[in-house]
Order: sequence, then C-alpha cells, then structure tokens
Amino acid sequence: MITVEQKKIEEVTEMTKDVERLLVLGCETCAAISFAGGRRQVEELCAALGLAREDQSIRGEITGDSVARQCEPEFIDMASDKIKESDAVLSLACGAGVQLIAERFPDKIVFPGTNTTFLGVTERLGLWTERCAGCGNCLLDKTAGLCPIARCAKQLLNGPCGGSMNGKCEISKDVDCVWQQIIDRLSRLDQLDKLSEIFPVKDWTPAGHGGPRKLVREDLKS
Amino acid sequence: MKSGSNLEKILESGQFAVTAEAGPPKGTSAKVVQRKGELLKFCCDAMNVTDNQTAIVRMSSLSGCVLLKELGVEPILQMVVRDRNRLALQADVLGAAALGINNMLCLSGDHQKFGNHPTAKGVYDIDSIQFLQMVKQMRDKQSFINGEEISGEVPMFIGAAANPFADPFEYRVSRLAKKVAAGADFIQTQGIFDMAKFARWMEGVREKGLHKETYILAGLIPIKSVGMARYMRNNVSGLSVPQELVDRMANSEDPKEEGVRICLEAIEQLKEIEGIHGIHIMAVAWEDIVPRLVEEAGLMPRPIV
Repeated sequence: MITVEQKKIEEVTEMTKDVERLLVLGCETCAAISFAGGRRQVEELCAALGLAREDQSIRGEITGDSVARQCEPEFIDMASDKIKESDAVLSLACGAGVQLIAERFPDKIVFPGTNTTFLGVTERLGLWTERCAGCGNCLLDKTAGLCPIARCAKQLLNGPCGGSMNGKCEISKDVDCVWQQIIDRLSRLDQLDKLSEIFPVKDWTPAGHGGPRKLVREDLKS
Repeated sequence: MKSGSNLEKILESGQFAVTAEAGPPKGTSAKVVQRKGELLKFCCDAMNVTDNQTAIVRMSSLSGCVLLKELGVEPILQMVVRDRNRLALQADVLGAAALGINNMLCLSGDHQKFGNHPTAKGVYDIDSIQFLQMVKQMRDKQSFINGEEISGEVPMFIGAAANPFADPFEYRVSRLAKKVAAGADFIQTQGIFDMAKFARWMEGVREKGLHKETYILAGLIPIKSVGMARYMRNNVSGLSVPQELVDRMANSEDPKEEGVRICLEAIEQLKEIEGIHGIHIMAVAWEDIVPRLVEEAGLMPRPIV
C-alpha cells in the first residue's frame, strides 16, 4: 500500500483560508487503509476545519465526499459535480490523486491534505513501515526477500556497513539493520553463499533517475 | 570587492569582459588543460573549466582550475549539483577558496541520461538557485547552509547560467531575477544564434533593471561546419539555431570562415545591446579559433587591472 498521513490542521487551515466553498475529497483505497483519507477521516476533517475556520472568522462552506480511487479518472469523474460546485478541492489521497484532480480540472484549485509517505505495510494498528522504494528492478530474490534499497539507510547492495551493531543501524537504535536481517534469513535458509558475489553497480534509471516513469502495456490498450 | 578576482575587477571597471571555456580531458593528462590555457591565456580574462560537461566523466573541474592557475590563467570553477550533495559542494567551495580560486559558476548540469553513465543516480540535493544562495551565504556571512560558522573567508565571484532560448520564454527573465536575488554576481548565457530572440530577452532584463544588478556575459559558440549547425539545431535542447544560419553555413564554400564571420557579426551586435558586459566563448573542440575571434572583434589586448 501507499501510506499517507494527514497534514496538521493548522497547515490545512492556512492553505485553504481564502477558499469559500471547499470540497474535502477522500480516497477509499490506500488513504483509507492509512486511516488518513477515508470517508470517516473526511467527516472528521470537515468538522475540525469548520471549527478552526470559525476561530479565525473565515467564512465559507465545507463539504465532504469520497471516491473509490483518486488515481483513476473514472472514479474522480464520479465526484465531478461536487468538484465543479466548489472553489477548491482538498484531496486526502496520495500525491497521485491530488495531481489527477489538477489534470482533470484545469480551472480548479487543488490542495494536498496529506503527506504521501512510502510504500509499506501495516505492522500493527497504528504502525506502518517502509518496504519498497519502487526502484523498478526487483532484487528481492537475491536478498532473502528483504530490500536493501528501501530499508538500508545507505542503500548498500553489498552490506552491511561498519555501522551495524547488535542488529541495529548506525543512524538510530530504533532502526533495524536490514543487512543483519538478510544475513540471518539467508543463514536460516542455508543460502548465505548468495552474498559471496559482489553485487554489480545498479541501474538507477527505472528507479526514477532516468526521469519520470511510464508503464505501458500494449496488450491492455484498446 | 567581493572576491578580488581579475574578472570582477574588469567588470567592475566597466570594461567589456571576455571569458572562454576549457573542457578537461577524459583522462589524466595535465598537458591537455595546460595547452588550452597557454592558447587562451592572453585573449581572455578568465577561463571556465567545465564540470563533467554533458554528463561525461572527465578530469575534475577543480583540478583543471588548479592547472590553469599554475600557468597564470584565472580560472572559473564550474560546479554542477547533479553529482554532489550539499556536503560535497560546500567542501569543494572551501577547497577552491583555499587554492586561490575566486570565480565560480553554479549550475544544475545536464541530466546524467545524456552522458556516458546514463544509469547513474542523480544527486540534485539542491538546485542551481539554492546553490547560488549557499555560496553567497558562505561568502557574505561566512557560514554554511546549516548556519554553522566557517573559519576563514570565501572570496568568490559567483556566476550563474541563463538560457534565454528555453521555454517558457515569458518566464526566463523572472528566472534570471531569481538567480540575481539568490546571489549571481555575473551571468554567462547559453550560446546565442537567434539574436532577435536574445534582444527581446534583454529588453525584459532591462525593464526589470537586472543588467544593473549583475554582469551579463553573452554566450557564443563558434560553428565549424554545417553539420555542427544542424546538430545543434536538432539535438541540443535549449538552443535556438535559425534556419537562415544553417543555410548560410550550407551555402558557404568555406564553412569555417563563414562560422568565424557569423561569430564576429554576433559580437558586433552584442556590443550594441545595452546591458551586455562581455562575451563568453564556448569553442567546444575548436579552441584554436578563439584568439583570432577576440583579435578580429577588436577586443585585444585584454586589459590589465
């Protein structure tokens, strides 16, 4: 999932203060699973924003709605009436949703209500952690299913570095050393020899360093 | 005086400046840099040393600058943010100051995709405008970007690039204003072939009074052949090469001479534009022509300040 977290109410109030008719638009997929942009959070934010605006004597009307996925045109278009009726949209989706609204409604102002954080997992309720950096060339087969690109602070391909201590990363005692974990797991699987070869220099092009990325599937094009 | 560099003194004195460019070699030969230095020594006020130009790995710009300085040629250290983060950039600025290098050109750099290591990770930790701000802070406040104090002075004459030919044209003057506000003491422009468009850009520059806040050196790229003219028109983004210029090169019996004439005509026109303080000649792989160009443009001998 793409994890997102809601921006602080002060920031959202400030960025939308000049808007009279504001639509808060949720997204029922990743943002909802992140407990940041689902229908319930839309309602809560509308109420909180209303109060904050009242405190600052900001006039106007706030409405809420939510769509299944803001990253697909068909779903965004389902909210098009409400979007058109408003002066601006505060999107609670990830950055992809915010931008698709901007693209589909050229005359509409759009604000981000969340910070898009990472591709990760729910470890337990209230705790999400990063797993994938979307580097476009998966090497998890070589690293026991644990990713050094997303989880090693130095993105080392031939780790661990000299800062690994007691299973922790040198940057913080709260951060596990993924290379320790890779080695532990490969040892358990009796595959430690997988690490004996030097990992070659990585091609960072599919990771976004070749410019914005595009995925084309000819078989799906109509 | 911000830096006390020769280039700064010449510009400050109101004289028309000439700078030229030297690309370091794809190897370890100091002679390549020294040869270019010797060749251009008397016909320019300072020489730019490029930094992994077009994202092709070459001898470092800083080393090239030191080699020039040893010859008595004043270097302009080009630095791109593509290959270094803020730590490395600041470290090299300190090193440059320690080595007596007093001119810099702060650039973004061509994307690594165009070079000979296209799969490399691009750094781009800060952008070229933030880089200008950072060097200005290092010089004027003697502090790093994080606010910590620098021991010693950082006397840099800070340069930036400007491309009047890139899109959106209407925004290009505003972007220059941003660079000037960030700290650009001087500007070296992209190579100019489309003089009409350049003149329009300069009108905008004068309207905002930017020519009084920074020194603008107009960029020139001497063309050797019609092939080069076509290549630049078709393949180099951010360059505007008018068709008539390509035709002139194509119809000429002596293209090299035609290239020289085109360049000299451009210099004459540039001298007439209010707000132009000098020229910057980027004779890529044709450095030999620079002394002749400067001589025939009536810009010799170079002033001693």
